[in-house]
Amino acid sequence: MLLNSIFFYFFSAIAVVSAVLTVTRRSPFHSAVFLVLALIATGGIFLQLQADFLFAMQLLVSAAGVVVLFLFAATPTNQKSPRRALRFSRYRIVAIVFAIVFAGEVMIAIFAGSKSLHLPAAANLPARNTAALGDVLFAQYLLPLEMASLLLVVALIGGIAALNRRMA
Amino acid sequence: MISIDHYLLLSLALLVIGVAGALARRNLIVTLMSVELILNAVNINLAAFSRVWGNVNGQVFAVFLIACEAAEAVVAVGIVLVVFRDRKTVLADEMDLLKW
Repeated sequence: MLLNSIFFYFFSAIAVVSAVLTVTRRSPFHSAVFLVLALIATGGIFLQLQADFLFAMQLLVSAAGVVVLFLFAATPTNQKSPRRALRFSRYRIVAIVFAIVFAGEVMIAIFAGSKSLHLPAAANLPARNTAALGDVLFAQYLLPLEMASLLLVVALIGGIAALNRRMA
Repeated sequence: MISIDHYLLLSLALLVIGVAGALARRNLIVTLMSVELILNAVNINLAAFSRVWGNVNGQVFAVFLIACEAAEAVVAVGIVLVVFRDRKTVLADEMDLLKW
């Protein structure tokens, strides 16, 4: 139980600090590095919740795949000039006010209604998480699975087609 | 003792940081990274409630969300690069004309 708490606080502290650093860095490359750290810490939270497959998929797809895509986009668009060095737009006050108000609102909702939800002991969960996930994914959720794979293929083709100069 | 409140507050913290970053940054690439943070906050929420109810349905939803997040990142990065090719800027402030 103590180890559970230590892992949770460790990963959540890293996730929150990395998230704050992601949105406040001047260079998009620094933001990408901290985004990778935040995503890996989120994967650690998944691992701590006994979601093994989700942890692996988070590391492989989110932390490694999507961030590399952002780096491919950040590299040619990186321009240095004094006028462009300002990080925050003129809506930064709106963003901070919205963040505080929204966080307060949801915290009220969380503390008002969470008395009936409890985390069960880890012994009551299925023994092999990936097998249980596979059983459900390929039997009950087969149609959404095929639709998700179709979505990925269409996004791949669309991404290439959007950047193809000869067709445009 | 870690209760569901801890996971909900962590998810809320990441969501709020992501939304503030998406609103307040000029660089569109960093805006996309903030949207990624929002999606991961939702995934933490889903995984935590999957643990509460003891079945894997929440994790299935989170798996589909990660797949959709990858597809959305591809499309959004494609859009940003096409606009950059024409307007030579990636800052949201400077894209203020509908025609050029």
